[in-house]
Amino acid sequence: MKKLLLLTALLTMAVLGGCGSDGTGESSGDNSSMESVKDSTEANSGEPVYGGSVVVGIQQDIDSLDPHKATAAGTKEILFNIFEGLVKPDKNGDLMKAIASDYTVSEDGLVYTFTLREGVKFHNGNVVTAEDVKYSLERASGLLDGTPLISSLSVLTSVDIIDDKTVQVTVGSANTELIYSFMAAIIPAGSGEDENGTPIGTGPFSFVSYTPQVGIVVKKNADYWQKGLPYLDEVNFKIVNSPDTALLEIQGGSIDIYPYLTDSQANELKDSFQILSAPSVNVQALFLNNADPVLSDVRIRQAICYALDKDMVNDFVAGGNATLISSAMLPTLQTYYVDLNDTYGTGANIEKAKELMTEAGYPDGFDLEITVPSNYEFHMQTAEVVAEQLKAAGINAVINPVEWNTWLEECYTNRNYQSTICAITSDMTPGYLMNRFQTDSKKNFINFASAEYDETYLKAAAAMDSAEKAEYYKQLQKILNDEAGSAFIQVPPITIAMNPKLAGYVFYPVYVQDMSTVYFVEN
Amino acid sequence: MKYFIKKLITLIMTLFLVSVAAFLAFQIIPGDVVTSILGTEATPEREEQLREELGLNKPPVVRYFNWAGGVLRGDPGRSYRYSKNMNEMMPVAELIGDKLPVTLWLAAVALVLIILVSVPLGVLWARSASRSGRAAHFLDAALGVVTQTTMAIPSFFLGILVTYLFGILFKLFTPGGYISYQENFAGFLGYLLFPALSIALPKIAMTARFLRNSMLTELKSDYVRTAYSKGCTRRRVMYGHVLRNALMPVVTFLGMIIAEIVAGSIVIEQVFGLPGIGRLLISSINTRDFPVVEILILYITFVVIFVYFLVDILYRVIDPRISEK
Repeated sequence: MKKLLLLTALLTMAVLGGCGSDGTGESSGDNSSMESVKDSTEANSGEPVYGGSVVVGIQQDIDSLDPHKATAAGTKEILFNIFEGLVKPDKNGDLMKAIASDYTVSEDGLVYTFTLREGVKFHNGNVVTAEDVKYSLERASGLLDGTPLISSLSVLTSVDIIDDKTVQVTVGSANTELIYSFMAAIIPAGSGEDENGTPIGTGPFSFVSYTPQVGIVVKKNADYWQKGLPYLDEVNFKIVNSPDTALLEIQGGSIDIYPYLTDSQANELKDSFQILSAPSVNVQALFLNNADPVLSDVRIRQAICYALDKDMVNDFVAGGNATLISSAMLPTLQTYYVDLNDTYGTGANIEKAKELMTEAGYPDGFDLEITVPSNYEFHMQTAEVVAEQLKAAGINAVINPVEWNTWLEECYTNRNYQSTICAITSDMTPGYLMNRFQTDSKKNFINFASAEYDETYLKAAAAMDSAEKAEYYKQLQKILNDEAGSAFIQVPPITIAMNPKLAGYVFYPVYVQDMSTVYFVEN
Repeated sequence: MKYFIKKLITLIMTLFLVSVAAFLAFQIIPGDVVTSILGTEATPEREEQLREELGLNKPPVVRYFNWAGGVLRGDPGRSYRYSKNMNEMMPVAELIGDKLPVTLWLAAVALVLIILVSVPLGVLWARSASRSGRAAHFLDAALGVVTQTTMAIPSFFLGILVTYLFGILFKLFTPGGYISYQENFAGFLGYLLFPALSIALPKIAMTARFLRNSMLTELKSDYVRTAYSKGCTRRRVMYGHVLRNALMPVVTFLGMIIAEIVAGSIVIEQVFGLPGIGRLLISSINTRDFPVVEILILYITFVVIFVYFLVDILYRVIDPRISEK
């Protein structure tokens, strides 16, 4: 009898051991991408070998095979391999000329003239012509049927063919950052109405197949205009069911490259895999709804900023690998970035927080609801740490986890929340994150309202000289920081596990999984 | 005949009610499908265009009947989320048609495993329970503990355990290395063995238990005493008489299990990365892909009702004592 009890007890413990989760899931779609130039050839040097097939684990299914309609960052990362625009991002965060071999912008900034590169071919073998460029730009900007598919291109007023090598684009208002929008994919004329609908681009890889919930396969474009690239014959972007099983799949050998590792997963894999890390292009913050009765007082918002211990958040949630920030600008955009971390300090200053709260009329603290999208483990963990820190200052923080679509509708669209922890994603332009905080911006989900900010933003957008522009952007960051629009925390790292036989992975400052530079190493 | 007609009408009514309930649920839950698809970077024009394309501007009743009409004509519409190519969304029929075989074969393999193991196990157990002696008692108790534990393990954990044991330790298969049935059928079945095992284990435990109890009950019946007194061997009594009678409630039980597995083993499909309808259901709900969810719900309802119906028939065939009233 006793032996039986012991056996039962042991087995029960084994069973209960399975009933908890280690909280390793980070099912991100937002939390990827890379900032600086971290060339992984340092990790693995050897002669590149042409050929081979690689499996890349992706966490979200793609939302569209149409490069003009795809909005999810995860989809755009992959489509980067199939489609290209007149210009495209290079690994340094600058724009390189792609389908356009050259371009000029008129004095007044209203006319862009692009010269087409010789001999660039689509995956169907046809050479790219001015007609294709005109079609693609008109389609993306809404000139074709009235519906702009890429909002930043809606300022285009006309696209004209000057000759078979030259296309001229006229815009309604000047903006030095508009050139980035010409990364929009150039597709064959008429392909948007083609029944066949196979995605055809000019990129280093061509589309082979897509199976919902399984993944997307691409193969080498032998006629790619950049000679010598790509190395690999085939890439299979395979959807990984859940972050918890991803580890098993990597260890089991069915995935070669897996971006978006969590800290604990990286620790598990570091002995058998290459682990590469770089800052992402996301800005995480405890966003404060400025329209909320309590939070509308700037002193309360500043108090929250003082109460946060960002160093602790970084250590606990990001393994110390994140970059702390205090405003909405990526530190890697060095020309425009100003370090404001000293304003509220990176540690907690409870006295100052309490002083401000008393001044504002809340000497005994107040209630704060923090809504968090529950599918993002990273934000959920941050919320737990932050809630404790706020409690130490007398703020009664309560976490409210909601499902992603609910978060999108309630918090982001309807702005029906008090505070929330999430990340906003930047693209390559300094204005992208900053334009969100204009009073009337549709994306101003924190209800930030500062006349000074609005005026300065217009000046920044209009400035043609880059030094002048940089000055204005720095002023904008200061205003956002002084007014404590939100409690900005950190730029999370992106961590990648890669098969030791591979090399050449390059981090980009935008959402991109560039497979053209990856190769197998000769042993 | 009347019986069949009644059952058919019930089936249709249930399908109708369930489809309406699912439709209503979609109207109530938060989360707008257009915002969900376009994310935070949408232009107002594109949002409007998408709303028109998906027919979301029409009143709910119209939308329901448009959808229902389509289904009756054999066209369940297109997914809101999954693309077939650059210009078209994936037709629901094709989407589900690809995924259904995976789930069905998984169910089949699991069922075979369950029957092959639980029947002998249940009989063995019943025999040891009905005998006397330390060894028999120990076996009886041990089986009790083992089955109880197996039933208690959460399926997610069991799946991970199987993956770790057979995939990483013994290297019998590659975790996540699903092989499509179109590519290599033998490999497909081979890979399915392990998720099927994860599904089957708890159900084997349950069925064996059930069978053991059922047999023990039968062993107490009068006819068993009669058989022994007639001079039947133990073996003949067990397998010839008791087992047959004991199997009946087990058949019902198996029916319930079949319905459950064929309706989609969501958790196991997630763990093993099987592109079956269980995973499809979860992701479609998450992405508010109404056409896909509706059809899947109808499928599940149909399967459950149909399987129970078959079990009912089987029951009548096995046991002549049950007659139509």
